[in-house]
Amino acid sequence: MIRALFGRPLYVAETKEQMYLIGVKSLFLISLTGIFAGMGFALAFAVELADFGAKNYLGRIMSISIVRELGPVLSGLMIAARVAAGITAEIGAMKSSDQLDAMVAFGIDPMKKVAVPRLISLMVMVPSLTVVMDVIGIIGGWFVASFVSNVSSSLYWSTVREKLIFGNIFLGLLKPAAFSLLIATISCFKGFTSEGGTKGVGRATTESVVLSSISILIVNYFITKVVFATIRGYL
Amino acid sequence: MIELRQVYFAYEEKPVLKNITFSVDEGEALVIMGPSGSGKSTILRLILGLETPQQGEVLVDGQNISKLKESAKREIRKKIGMVFQNGALFDSLLVGENVGYYLLEHTKLPLSEVSERVNKMLGFVGLNADEIIDKLPEQLSGGMQRRVAIGRALLSTDPKIMLYDEPTTGLDPQSTANVIQLINKLHTEKHISSISVTHQIADALAVGDRFVVLVDGELAFEGTLEQLRDSTDNKVRAFLAPFRESFASVERKKFV
Repeated sequence: MIRALFGRPLYVAETKEQMYLIGVKSLFLISLTGIFAGMGFALAFAVELADFGAKNYLGRIMSISIVRELGPVLSGLMIAARVAAGITAEIGAMKSSDQLDAMVAFGIDPMKKVAVPRLISLMVMVPSLTVVMDVIGIIGGWFVASFVSNVSSSLYWSTVREKLIFGNIFLGLLKPAAFSLLIATISCFKGFTSEGGTKGVGRATTESVVLSSISILIVNYFITKVVFATIRGYL
Repeated sequence: MIELRQVYFAYEEKPVLKNITFSVDEGEALVIMGPSGSGKSTILRLILGLETPQQGEVLVDGQNISKLKESAKREIRKKIGMVFQNGALFDSLLVGENVGYYLLEHTKLPLSEVSERVNKMLGFVGLNADEIIDKLPEQLSGGMQRRVAIGRALLSTDPKIMLYDEPTTGLDPQSTANVIQLINKLHTEKHISSISVTHQIADALAVGDRFVVLVDGELAFEGTLEQLRDSTDNKVRAFLAPFRESFASVERKKFV
């Protein structure tokens, strides 16, 4: 699939369509997840921090936890659940109805026509959606900080900004880029290799979501570990 | 034109085709018959280069397709029109986009020209273009889908040979008759050779002038209708036995 990514032709119309389906169509789900995750996190942290008289640090903690961890992981998991299932099911159905072979018969490489547009779209859209999730999550935290925990807005935003530094933003964008590769590779692979008709496609779809989700959590840990070991000073 | 030489193909170590040898010349209409699971469709996939035999050669116009690079295979495939089982129409594309798929993907013809050719092709395969061109494949009957698939294959590559995988399976008698008529029309009017795969004897006899019978992946018979009728091979006789009535009725039509 990676080799096909650099080969010609590039199917621009298909890529745009996939960007719309993966990106725009996931926006509501990502926003909803982001706002409630941010509010929930802020509420839990505010109560604990209040015990130590450190409620004023809520913005810093929200900024770090959402940008570094919660935003990328939650976006990855949500997109894996929504998009990986769709990609595997669609490619699996095309395979079982001979549509992929029909493409080959007409001189089209299914890897370029079907997989590459999805890979490019995921590589663009997963980081973009993660940024949306980060922003909305932090806004959710502000809502709780201001209206529930009585932290002033200006203090919350200034402490959020303190931690929006290169290292955290880099980590927060590196992870979704890696997750997009995982989701695309696993979901396309499972679709192209599905066997056994409708039942097989269903099984491949489930495996695709489970494998993508677990891989995201594992890779997330190792990226954090490697980044902490290499650019700790920038975090 | 197409020749299989001692082809052996196994899927996950289970033999599907064993030592298959036969050929199809220009202008011939060959029918491959045999019970389900006897390896009929695999032969079409081998000819198209979608599968590679473990042993033997599959020659298309003298070139061993399994040894060619993908770009060379694409050139060979331009000579072959494939009608997959159940049509394999692209279900997210409209009928018009399906039929014009090759032209839209591989040529820079203006849309008006593509549209005109698609209309003409739909007319040729006996469909009313105005009624169906903007429909999705799922909105068509099985017979119509099969004819759209034939139209797509014809408009795609201007083929020298057509491969039909179970072209009439699952169709009602009227649709079956229409598809058979279309296959024969292509053979007689456009002189396109064909290889049809079917397990329906009546349909096989209606479209073929030479026959191959596969049983358990082995070539049990190759020859004309007369030779098929007179075959003393036990496997062939066992395969034909349940269909003796349709066999006899088609024979009457052909010989009387």
